[in-house]
Amino acid sequence: MQKIESKGINFYYGETQALHNVSLSMKENSVTALIGPSGCGKSTYLRLLNRMNDLIDNTKMTGSILIDGQDIYEKNTNVDDLRKNVGMVFQKPNPFPKSIFENVAYGLKVNGITDKKTIEERVITSIEQVALWGEVKDKLKKSAFELSGGQQQRLCIARALAIQPSILLMDEPTSALDPISTSKIEELIYELKKQYTIVIVTHNMQQAGRVSDTTAFFYMGELIEYDKTKTIFTKPSQKQTEDYITGRFG
Amino acid sequence: MTKEIHLAKQKRRNQKIAFGLFQFTSYAVVGLLFVILAFIVIKGIGVISWEFISEMPKEGMTKGGIFPAIVGTLCLVFGSMIFAFPVGVLAAIYMNEYVKDGWMKKIIKQMTNNLAGVPSIVFGLFGMALFVNKLEFGDSLLAGSLTLGLLVLPVVIRTTEESLKSVDDTFRQASLGLGASKWQTTSKVVFPIAFPNIITGLILSIGRVSGETAPILFTVAAYFLPKLPTSIFDQAMALPYHLYVISTSGTNIEASREMAYGTALILIIIVLISNLLANALRKYFGKKVKMN
Amino acid sequence: MLSSAATSITVVLIVFFLFIEGAGVFSKKPIEEGFLLAVHASNPINKLEPSQVKDIFDQKITNWKQLGGKNEPIVLFRTEDITEFYSEEELGENFEYFPAKIDEYVSKTPGVIAFFSDKYKAKDFHGKELEINKIKIFEFLSGEEWFPTAQPIAQMGVKALIYGTLWVSFGAILLALPIGLAAAIYLSEIAKKRTRNILKPLIELLAGIPSVVYGFFGLVVIVPLIQSVFGLPVGETGLAGSIVLAIMALPTIITISEDAMRTTPRAMKEASLALGASHWQTIYKVVIPYSASGITAGAILGIGRAIGETMAVLMVTGNAAIMPHTLLAPLRTIPATIAAELGEAANGGLHYQSLFALGCILFLITFCINMLVELVTNRGSHKKH
Repeated sequence: MQKIESKGINFYYGETQALHNVSLSMKENSVTALIGPSGCGKSTYLRLLNRMNDLIDNTKMTGSILIDGQDIYEKNTNVDDLRKNVGMVFQKPNPFPKSIFENVAYGLKVNGITDKKTIEERVITSIEQVALWGEVKDKLKKSAFELSGGQQQRLCIARALAIQPSILLMDEPTSALDPISTSKIEELIYELKKQYTIVIVTHNMQQAGRVSDTTAFFYMGELIEYDKTKTIFTKPSQKQTEDYITGRFG
Repeated sequence: MTKEIHLAKQKRRNQKIAFGLFQFTSYAVVGLLFVILAFIVIKGIGVISWEFISEMPKEGMTKGGIFPAIVGTLCLVFGSMIFAFPVGVLAAIYMNEYVKDGWMKKIIKQMTNNLAGVPSIVFGLFGMALFVNKLEFGDSLLAGSLTLGLLVLPVVIRTTEESLKSVDDTFRQASLGLGASKWQTTSKVVFPIAFPNIITGLILSIGRVSGETAPILFTVAAYFLPKLPTSIFDQAMALPYHLYVISTSGTNIEASREMAYGTALILIIIVLISNLLANALRKYFGKKVKMN
Repeated sequence: MLSSAATSITVVLIVFFLFIEGAGVFSKKPIEEGFLLAVHASNPINKLEPSQVKDIFDQKITNWKQLGGKNEPIVLFRTEDITEFYSEEELGENFEYFPAKIDEYVSKTPGVIAFFSDKYKAKDFHGKELEINKIKIFEFLSGEEWFPTAQPIAQMGVKALIYGTLWVSFGAILLALPIGLAAAIYLSEIAKKRTRNILKPLIELLAGIPSVVYGFFGLVVIVPLIQSVFGLPVGETGLAGSIVLAIMALPTIITISEDAMRTTPRAMKEASLALGASHWQTIYKVVIPYSASGITAGAILGIGRAIGETMAVLMVTGNAAIMPHTLLAPLRTIPATIAAELGEAANGGLHYQSLFALGCILFLITFCINMLVELVTNRGSHKKH
């Protein structure tokens, strides 16, 4: 069974259609990269997977998305629980104006975990998972804003991991970072793949090539091609994909 | 597992209660507006007639009309605007187009803010000390207009500044690039574009001035004066003061209640019209400017 | 150039005139002009504090011993008391013998303290005129009695008025803050854009209604309501003032806190939601803390407005200048006092000046509040960058 399965997705912002009949499935413990030029719908698609687009007024979706065989747009889906299971990391690091510890503990607390010991354990494990422990263990009480951009982004990943999701959505997670921080995050993605299903939107072709198992190419709201990353980058079947990958547009 | 389901349910219930409460509160606040308006409209509408707005008060202000109060308020609005509008607009132009960012601008800004925060009764005290006594204008339209003018000065300055700021810098650069001087650019390009919004500020100030009572208590307002002012050194009646007087200290409060409802309604109509007009203008011109 | 300085000049002028006139209170004798206080020539007391004079005439002090003088009971004497000692003929048809008789009475009464007009002071007056100390700033601020036209000595304690002002204002904020916050949250976070676009201008319209109309509404609706609900003898109470002020402060609080909440970055809210927090949890754990400085500024500004508001309060609070003990009784605020009394105070007189001194206090309070708002907003924006 596929971990994520979407069928015939159409999505509208008001009158404008942003996604046309997109069907896409992802295997468990794999990394899928979504690539394409700006405004192609890749981020919109990503944000459908944890229903983040619900927040935008005047939008409409048709089609269905199943996670673990459950339709997440069904009427009695609990959105909060869905988002707990589908973690998200954003384009720019967006820690809360709280301490490092509180940032990671936030998700646990809002999900009703009150036991201090459990919280502490999980916070530490998550920070260790993102290889940040050594850098922050002495300043857990300090504001998260004191960290560098790359550290902040890893903290945000730790924050997402703390509530133990099974899927991790990443929306251009390294676009605001320097090359060194970027490579650290990429290594991390490789590690995390063992436990999580990861979907990553990226502008950076090399990155997609390095971290993903499968790649989906979006263009003008349509899914043009979806295949093994190796295939997409070496012998794409579509002309548009080839043009994009070789840098002729986008 | 059941514990988690229970928790999720609780989370959703809390949210439902909280949001319901917030929604109710918001509508209640708006409802309050309508209650106040409706109350005064229903009670006051029957009082209003041609006689009411065109005649002098009679029989200890329990009968007749409020003509002199309307005229007085119009005079005060006119007088204060003649003073505050040019001064405020020039001040804002100077501040926005000529003064560079720095400590001086900061101080002027801060002072404008401070002036806006001064309670209106303090303006009344000040107007009495300076205009009525020191400059010996006496209780007069002149003293009252100047006091009210100072009161709305910050409003005029702020709205003008905002409208000047909203003028795109490319207009300025284009004009300067064509060899126009700074003053030509300001007067021929920036000012005309900003003008509609500046007018919005003027209308808002008119609404504010016509409703203020405390500043005119000791500078111009007459308790009962069944004639129209003939010079700027005359005392005058004014709508808000008239409402205060006949609802609290008239010769016969019960008998003049009707008059009070009518006066309140006229006052509200003036203020609401100026507010709505300003809003409508802002929307209308806002669209037009964006299209450019 | 000059016009841009207009506001600064005005502020300076306001400060100048307010403080010049207000300072007069402390440089003048608190006894009505043209009147004097005199004692028997043998009385060792030369000088009295205003509060001592008051206590003497209130008969709280009844013996000169209490003031460090001889053991002699105090005998009060006012001009009109003279008729008790002398017949009309003795005083003369046109009171022409008043000075002589007063002099005679004072000379023969060792314990006397006499209060009378200058024009009745005999040329060869045998009594001793008392010096009265000026009112001190501390007395002015801490005195609980406001009775500026009292005789023989004016009572100028503003404590009751300051307390009255604060009570009404804080009562108003207590009512307005929760309501205002709830509405701000709804408008900025929950309501659809269309709903918001309709509701917000309507709420702002509340700010446009003149305060005298609020006062009138309070007078004819809220005052009778309070009277009947609480079964009070009068409905003009501090509570009525608080309610009216709360309605007036609502638009300020709602507009400013809503603006502050809307500056919460979308990324913060999405981060919270993506962690499985509910919308409500996101609001109270992320949005409110993030906009706390803006909300505080709104609340402080609301208090500032309430403190300075005159007409509405004047019309509904009953204006009794007593120390407030409950919001269910009449009380009196500083602005209302100025508005109610300035019309009756003689220009340049002590009463007139004392009202300007009240104006100074009011100005200082609101000035501090403005500065506080500035501080809070600046600190808030520093934190975020």
